[in-house]
Order: sequence, then structure tokens, then C-alpha cells
Amino acid sequence: MSVLKFDRTNFTTEVLNSDKPVFVDFWASWCGPCKMQSPIFDAVAEENEDVVFGKVNVDEEQELAMAFGVSTIPTLILFKGGEQIARLVGVHSEDDLQETIDENK
Amino acid sequence: MKINEDYKIVIIGAGTAGLSAAVYAQRAGQDVIILDGKGYGGQIGSTDKVENYPGIASVSGFDFATGLYEQAKSLGAKIKFSEVKAVEKTEAGFDVVTERVTYKTSAVIIATGLEKRKLGLANEEILTGKGVSYCAACDGAFYKGKNVAVVGGGNTALEDALYLSTYCTNVYLVHRRDEYRAEQTYVDEIAGKDNIIQLKSCVPAEIIGADKVEGLTVKSLKDDSLKTLEVSGVFAAVGQVPSNDIFKDLIELDSSGYIVAGEDCLTSTEGIFVAGDCRTKEIRQLVTAAADGAVAGIGAAKYVRAK
Repeated sequence: MSVLKFDRTNFTTEVLNSDKPVFVDFWASWCGPCKMQSPIFDAVAEENEDVVFGKVNVDEEQELAMAFGVSTIPTLILFKGGEQIARLVGVHSEDDLQETIDENK
Repeated sequence: MKINEDYKIVIIGAGTAGLSAAVYAQRAGQDVIILDGKGYGGQIGSTDKVENYPGIASVSGFDFATGLYEQAKSLGAKIKFSEVKAVEKTEAGFDVVTERVTYKTSAVIIATGLEKRKLGLANEEILTGKGVSYCAACDGAFYKGKNVAVVGGGNTALEDALYLSTYCTNVYLVHRRDEYRAEQTYVDEIAGKDNIIQLKSCVPAEIIGADKVEGLTVKSLKDDSLKTLEVSGVFAAVGQVPSNDIFKDLIELDSSGYIVAGEDCLTSTEGIFVAGDCRTKEIRQLVTAAADGAVAGIGAAKYVRAK
């Protein structure tokens, strides 16, 4: 599944009101570890049709980052039914991401 | 159920050494898989600019890593972003174990590089991402108008302090020695910044805060006095350490945890090769990591052919 782009205009409809779990990657272009997380996130997105994957650029969306208490990037948050149900801080492996999804199905 | 996959060579680590080893082993006709739970690029992936690689005047670290990654993949190397949990000796060779898959292989190249050293404080781990950070360039912008502390005295610590001083109200630079290890230009530059407060001969003693960082208590090494800094961020820049613990029963490590090997990249166990910063060596540079990759890649390919 392709990775979407979330911002303040679509976050409520596409993340908080989504029927499916949504995995969100908070990142920025200046952050090296975020660039390293990105292909891992993409690889997991390809293997999970029943989860929505998307990214929030914290440089452009500071309010969203603040609203979810993001102070280190990359931070990955899994949302389900409008709630944060899991959170990974720093670069994490495919297995970690998959486990997070599987544990919260 | 456990899945098994077979490869001639398994490379652990997708930094410069591991990716270079993959390029050379694939060109020598061996099928390789590279395993790394932290993506590709290693230390260079997070480095802003590389200006000391022969033949390349200047390149971003991530672009360099991406070029090497694409090169290895185009030659047929497989890559999986999984963390290796264990390597076990078998009759046929080695089992390289990850969460879901066990990779059966004739040869292993270890290229695990270095990781950032932790401060070693009690609540450091639970406050990581809640005020404790290991990357000022990544997270500095979240501390606009706040007070922060940087711990360390090398180039990275002083660079971090300078970078943070542009965003933050005050930056406390906490260093355990009287003298910095950083280059003089950085030392001069921080002296010129009014909002960088230097605390020499001081070590961090406790991070204050339950859900987020609210302060850092530092201890003077001169008179053991304690002082709490009101900061909302603690940036650790205290160097790097090898992370070779999972291999300690299989190959020889030195007392600091580096894998013992010479320029031939051979470890104490036949069939296990080592490349890059994770081995004992004098000079840890991008070009020496790439060179190790060539030596280990060709060495492992020869070993597999002769077997």
C-alpha cells in the first residue's frame, strides 16, 4: 500500500476517523535517522494491506507534532479508533513495526 | 513457525563496510543478504556532509549511503531491515537468527559498526523521546526558546551546543574534564556564545522528571557538589561504542568490545569475517570501512568457493 502524506487539513478525517489502524511516521528532511527509517516504513507498508501508512513532516506541521508530544524524530505512532495505541521512538526494524501492528490488531 | 532461507554469505550491518562487502561478494559471484534493523547507511547515513572520501569533493552522507545501497542492490544483493538476535555455528556453516527468519549460510561478515553511547543514568531510557535525545540536528527545533543541556566534550558535543544555541534560550555544556577533546575552532566558537554555559569537570548525576525531562542534576568532580539545571532537553554526545555482545561466545572480542582482527578481516572463527568500525583498528574512517568491505567481501567469496 502506498504511503500517504498527512497534514493539518486531512489528519482528522484520514487518521483519527479512519476505520482501519493508521501508522504515522513523524519525520523531517533535516533528520538523518528519519531518512534511514523511511525505507523500513515503506517495506512494512507494502506487506500490510489492512493498515493505512502515512507521514507527517514536522517542519511543516509543528502543531500536529506538538499535539502528539513528539519531541524526537523519527517517532512512529499507531492510531486506532482515533486513539494513540502504540509509539516507537527512534529508528526501528521491520520486525519491530510488524510486531507493533500484530499486537494491536 | 520459523522460516529458513539459504544464502552463501550473510552480512550483518548495512553501513558503508557491509554494503561495500555486498558489492564485492556479489561481483565475485556469491548471493548475499544484508541484515540491519536500523535501515541502511550506518553512521554515514546520518552525517550531514562527507568531504574526505577520495575522489568525491563533497556529498551528503545519506546520498553517499543511498548510492552504495543502490549499487549493492543492482548487483543482486538482498537486504532485509531485521535485527540479528544470534549467530550459531552449525555443521554446514552458520545460522543467523532474526525474529521471523533464520538465515542458513556458509560465511558471515560482521559489519555492525558503532552505536551512540548512553549516559548510563537511571531514567534515561524511559525519557528518550521525552526530552532525552542523541541527535541535536534532528530534535533541536523542538526546543525553541527552552533551556537544554548537552553532555560531552568532543567535536559532536560542541557542534551540538553551537547548533542548539541558535534555537534555545540557554545551553548548558556539561563535560567531565577540564579540557575539551574538540578542535580549537569549536572551543573558540562556544566561548563567543553568551547563551552557552560551560560546566567543566562536571558529570550528569540524575535526569529529573517522570513523564518528561524537567531538569538535570550535575555533580562537580572538584568538590562533589550537586546542582540542578532547569532544562527540558538533555542531549547526549558522549561518543560511540561497539555493540558486539551477541557474538562474544563465537569470536574473540577485545576488552572494549571490538572484534579482534587485522587488515585481513579474519576473526578467530573460520568462516566469520569482520569489516569496518566494529573491529580492532587504528583509523576508523569512511574510506577504511569501504576498504574493509572489499577485503571481507572478497575473502568470504573465496572461502565459500573453496568450501
